[in-house]
Amino acid sequence: MSPNLKRTQWLAAAAVLLGIAAIAEISAYAEILLGERRSGYADLAPDTKAMQDDDTANPGMLWVQDGEALWNAKSGAANRACADCHDDARATMTGVAARYPAFDTKLGRPVDLEQRINLCRVERQQASAFAYESKELLSLSAFIGKQSRGEPIAPLADERLRPFLEAGREQFNRRQGQLNLSCGQCHDDNWGKRLAGSLIPQAHPTGYPLYRLEWQAVGSLQRRLRNCIVGMRAEPYEYGAPEYVSLELYLVWRARGLPIETPAVRP
Amino acid sequence: MASALINVPKKANRGDVIEIKTLISHIMETGFRHSTTGVPIPRDIITSFVCTYNNEEIFRAVLYPAIAANPFFIFTTIATESGTIEFTWRGDNGFSATESASIIVE
Amino acid sequence: MSKSPKTVATRRQFLAVAGSVASTVFVSVRHASATPASMASAIRQVTGEAVVQPGKVQLDVPPLVENGNTVSLTVSVTSPMTAADFVKSIHIFNEKNPQPNVVAFHLGPRAGRAQVSTRIRLADTQTVIAIARMSDGSFWSAKADVVVTLAACVEDL
Repeated sequence: MSPNLKRTQWLAAAAVLLGIAAIAEISAYAEILLGERRSGYADLAPDTKAMQDDDTANPGMLWVQDGEALWNAKSGAANRACADCHDDARATMTGVAARYPAFDTKLGRPVDLEQRINLCRVERQQASAFAYESKELLSLSAFIGKQSRGEPIAPLADERLRPFLEAGREQFNRRQGQLNLSCGQCHDDNWGKRLAGSLIPQAHPTGYPLYRLEWQAVGSLQRRLRNCIVGMRAEPYEYGAPEYVSLELYLVWRARGLPIETPAVRP
Repeated sequence: MASALINVPKKANRGDVIEIKTLISHIMETGFRHSTTGVPIPRDIITSFVCTYNNEEIFRAVLYPAIAANPFFIFTTIATESGTIEFTWRGDNGFSATESASIIVE
Repeated sequence: MSKSPKTVATRRQFLAVAGSVASTVFVSVRHASATPASMASAIRQVTGEAVVQPGKVQLDVPPLVENGNTVSLTVSVTSPMTAADFVKSIHIFNEKNPQPNVVAFHLGPRAGRAQVSTRIRLADTQTVIAIARMSDGSFWSAKADVVVTLAACVEDL
């Protein structure tokens, strides 16, 4: 490799890091130190870890299998499959889930992966959007997510995301609901301790959509956020609300660098 | 048909004890739950699982609501000859699913 | 902005209250109507009047589970698994779910090894019993105690 090329790569990497740092200034809130962050996987019981680690025993893989079939199925008035434009997902979708939510220029706001899938369905396949939490949408999202397994979470250093990231950060630290709790009070200040017998995780969305033992099914990050919000006795937003996407954006920024585990298994 | 994941070794030596894993997508609704308005949710479970090896039964399970959703089994059999290993699930509301896998035994 | 000790203490109190509220609400929603008597009767359906001896069966369940919806279980029986001496069936029972039966496995000498793994549901902290019927008509058993913890936050359906 020529020395000039190597130097260019160095500068590019430095620019990306500076860009990320510029987007997210040092926070006034008490965030978890980068070196102390850990995925919920680290605290799982051995049997649950074994369930996630074995692709032949992970129930989430049933959804991944269905997702692969959907990826290859022609759909909509355009009679097109995802594969017709995107080829083999194993090659083309690597790293994609790791950089969502991403900014959508036409809508002027970030969208998460499930919303992106539906945008493609409606605009490119001329098909109807899949309902939130439908088996089809979760299967496609799980299949695409799995192609990023092992990749570090890397939201893009896109200046247009800044106001949404700030909105998400504010939401994370705002007290809400009858219990007047903020997300940060449990997940930044008291992770590792127990709430009614359950271990409080740091809440990094490393493996979504994931198989939750409580649901006995695969569910999205939005479903999990709604659970939390209901658990705090606050009113959850409607599925697809931009508030979820801002919060998801903040959560993935907060989890940047941690590897994707989709499809994960959690209690 | 319901999505299933089967794991059977492709090849084995005659006489080896091989491990078979099966995972099938099914809600396994117990019949003991109620909706938020108090209406009971009817039972909907897989009730039987049969595995045959060249048409001879080698394993059978009778399932009750206490089997977790997306029923999962690991069991063993002796690799006797090359052929087909077939799996059949049956349950409430006429549920039926079959899968098969080939094995080469040398 | 640094947190004053008073703020931290207030947050701890909040969480303690929140935790007890969450767990109280959750326990009242779950029901478990089986009894040791109904489990004994379900066992008798399988064994009849035969004596069930403890031994030969190993029941492998985690002593503490994160979620009662999915509990990994492995049952194995010491047996040569020959045509003359094998495990015919293994039956799993529980004492506190709404129903005492969990699953019944039917094996034979072709199994090679009497060992089966699955995932079960346990509604509450309780004892799980595995009973094996041998080809000679004898019954052997093992039991395991499992502590089941519940999720902290309820999801609205």
